Amino acid sequence: MRPSRPSRRCHGALAAVLAGAMVVLTACGGSGGASATDAATAHGPIKIWYSNNEQEIAWGKQVVDAWNTAHPTEQVTAEQIPTGKSSEDVIGAAITAGTEPCLIYNTSPAAVPGFQKQGGLIDLSSFADGTSYIETRTGDLAKQYASTDGHYYQMPWKSNPVMIFYNKDMFTKAGIDPTNPSLATYDEFLATAKKVVDSGAAPFAIYPAPSSEFYQSWFDFYPLFAAATGGKQLVADGKSQFNTPEGLAVANFWKQIYAEKLAGNETHTGDSFADGTAAMAIVGPWAISVYKDKVNWGVVPVPTADVMTADQIHTFSDAKNVGMYASCTNQGTAWDFLKFSTSQEQDGQLLTLTGQMPLRTDLPTTYAEYFAANPDYKLFAEQAARTVEVPNTPNSVEIWQAFRDAWTSAVIFGKSDVQQALTDAASKIDQLAGRT
Amino acid sequence: MTTSITRSPVPRDNPATPSAPDAGGGRRRTSLVTRLFGRQPIGMLLAAPYAVFIAVIFAYPIGFAVYMSFTDYYFTAPGVTVPHPFVGFDNYKTVLTDPAVLASFGHVGIFLILNVPLTVALSLGLAVALNRAIHFRTFFRTAYYVPYVTASVAVVAVWLVLFNADGLVNQILGPLAPDPSWLVNSVWAMPMIALFVTWKGLGFFILLYLAALQNVPRELYESASVDGAGAWRSFRSVTVPGVRQATALVLLLAIVTGANLFTEPYLLTGGGGPDGASTTPVLLMYQQGIQQGNPSTASAIGVVLVILVLIVALVNRRLTERSER
Repeated sequence: MRPSRPSRRCHGALAAVLAGAMVVLTACGGSGGASATDAATAHGPIKIWYSNNEQEIAWGKQVVDAWNTAHPTEQVTAEQIPTGKSSEDVIGAAITAGTEPCLIYNTSPAAVPGFQKQGGLIDLSSFADGTSYIETRTGDLAKQYASTDGHYYQMPWKSNPVMIFYNKDMFTKAGIDPTNPSLATYDEFLATAKKVVDSGAAPFAIYPAPSSEFYQSWFDFYPLFAAATGGKQLVADGKSQFNTPEGLAVANFWKQIYAEKLAGNETHTGDSFADGTAAMAIVGPWAISVYKDKVNWGVVPVPTADVMTADQIHTFSDAKNVGMYASCTNQGTAWDFLKFSTSQEQDGQLLTLTGQMPLRTDLPTTYAEYFAANPDYKLFAEQAARTVEVPNTPNSVEIWQAFRDAWTSAVIFGKSDVQQALTDAASKIDQLAGRT
Repeated sequence: MTTSITRSPVPRDNPATPSAPDAGGGRRRTSLVTRLFGRQPIGMLLAAPYAVFIAVIFAYPIGFAVYMSFTDYYFTAPGVTVPHPFVGFDNYKTVLTDPAVLASFGHVGIFLILNVPLTVALSLGLAVALNRAIHFRTFFRTAYYVPYVTASVAVVAVWLVLFNADGLVNQILGPLAPDPSWLVNSVWAMPMIALFVTWKGLGFFILLYLAALQNVPRELYESASVDGAGAWRSFRSVTVPGVRQATALVLLLAIVTGANLFTEPYLLTGGGGPDGASTTPVLLMYQQGIQQGNPSTASAIGVVLVILVLIVALVNRRLTERSER
C-alpha cells in the first residue's frame, strides 16, 4: 500500500517548527559577557588546558598545585586539552563557541594569527608589564612571536629545537664512526645516508613524514632552510624568502634523498626511528625520553651546504606557547598565573620534567646544574638560542599548505620541476601574505 | 491495515440543529488548529522532537552554510562583531576555478564509479550466498561485519602494512607490483581507497540485502524452478527484482557516503596524496574551513557537492523507479 502524501497543511506546520527552531538558534548566536575592562583586572578562579603527554601533565599538575596552595581565593582548574584531529582545530572551535579556558599551554605559533583574527586572544601587551615581562624573559627571540601590530598575543613558552638524531648501533654496522659521523654538509649527509642503506643497516637513512599536512615542512625543509640562511623565516615583511639559491639547494638536497630512496615516501605507522625503519630522525629534545631505552642515539646539528660550526647553525624551534583566551573573565589572575608558571623556578621544573627548553635567555647558565647532570640536553640548550619560528603572518596555515603542496609534488614525488614549484609557491604565498 | 477515524460527537453540518451563537467561532478555532496541525494534532506533537532535531542538526547548518558561501565569513569569538559582506558568487568562482577543487571532484567521481557498482554487486552476491544454508554461516556473517564496526584508524594501519612497497601484496606479486607502490601511486591511490571503502562497508550493505531477501517469497523460486529456471536465471528473475527496493537504498547510501569521503584519504594516503591524487571535496573543506579559517570557500565547495549528490541521487531514483515500472 502506498503511503498517503502528507498534506500541504502538515508541510506548513513542519516548516513553522523548522523556522521557529532556526529563529531560536539565531537568537542564541550572540552572547554577552563581562565588559573587557572589568575582565582585564578581575581576579578569581580560572581554568587552563595543557598538553596530554605524560611529562607535561606531570608539570601541569605540580604548577597548579603550587599555585593553588598559595592562592586559595584564585584557584586554578587544569585539564588536558580535549582530543581532536589537532589541538588547533579544538581551540578554534572552542573560541567560536566561547568555551575555551583562560590559558592554553599548547598554543601553536602558526595558529596564533588565525586565533587573533577570530578575536579569540587577549593582547598580552595590554597588561602594564606584558611586553617587558615577555622580552626580559625571552630576549631577542621574543620578537619572532610578536604579531604584525607589534603586540604579543602569545607568551613564548618552550622550544624543541630540532636536530639530527642518529642510531649509533646502525652507524657502527654500516661502518660509520658513531661518535663523530660525517653529517655536517649536504654531500656528507648524502654519502653517509647511502652507506646506511647500501650496507643494509637500516631500510631507510631518514624518514620525515611524507604526508601533505601543512605542518610537515617544519620537519624537513624548514630546519635546513633556517640553517642555510642564518635564521631567515619562510616569509618576512609580507614576502616569501625561500625562492632563493639557499632554498633551492635545500629542496634539491631532499629531492635527491627521496629519488635515491634514502627516505621513504609512504605513510609510516609508528616512529620510524624507534622501530628501526630509519637510522636518523629530525626531532627535538622531547624525544630523548622516548628514545632513551629504545635506541643508542647520538645527535648532531642539521646539515648545511658548506661546513659551519655548531654555534652558527640555526634550526626550527618547534615551539609551543601560551595563549590567554577571550572568554577569560578573570584575566588578572590569568596573567599572574601565567607569570608564575613561566618563572625561573617553574621553567626549571619544565626542563626537569619534560626535557623541553623554556624560551628564556641564558638557558645553559641559568640551569647549569641541570645540564651538568644531563649532558644529553646541553647541545639542545645551546641550539635553543638560535631557533627560527614560523612567521607570524596572516593566512599562516594557508601559506604553509601552499608550500607543502609544492614540496610534496616536486621534492617527495618528483612530479614537477623543483625550481618551478618554488617559484609558483612563492608567487601564491606572496599573495596570501599580503591578504588580510 | 485499518485506519481509525476520529469523528466529532456532534454532527457539524446537521441542518436540523440550530447553530449556537458561538458555534461559528468554535468552527473557526477548530479549522485553524486543523489547518495548522492536520486532523491528528497528536501526530504532529509526536513528530515535533524529530522535526526540531532535523532543524537544529541539518536544516540550520545547511542554511547557514549556504549563507556563508555568499559572504566573506569567518568564525569569531562570541561578542566579536565583524562585517560579513555579501560577495555574490565570488566564492563559487574561486572554488570552481581552483584546479585542486576541480581535481577533487574528479577523484570522488572515480571513487563513485568504482565503489558503487562494486558495493552493490559484492554485497548482493555475498548476501545471497550467506542466505543459503552453508557451513559456518554465522562466522561468515560476523566476519564480513567486523571491518564495518572496526575503527578506520585501526583498519587503515593493516592496509598500510599490506600495500606498502615491501608489504605482503607486493611480495606475492613480485615483479608485477606497481612502482611506486599502490598508495603512493597517482594511478592506483584512488582505486585503492575505493577498494578499501567497499571492503570496510560491505558488512552493513550485506545486512540490508539479507533483510530484503527474507521478504522474497520462497514460492517464486519454486515456481521458477518448476518452469526450468536454473540458479542464475532465478537470481536474475526473482532475487534481483525482489530486492530492488533494497538496491535503491544501497545505491543511495553508497553515493551519499562516498561523496562525503574524508577519513580514508586523510589516513590511508597521507592527506590526499600522492601529490594530491586522492584529495576529495570534503578533505579540502576541512583544510580550508577548519585549518585555514576560510569557511566561505569551504561552504561553497559543500554546496556544490550537495547539489551534485542530489542530481546523482535524483538520476538514480528515476532509473530505479523506471525499472520498477
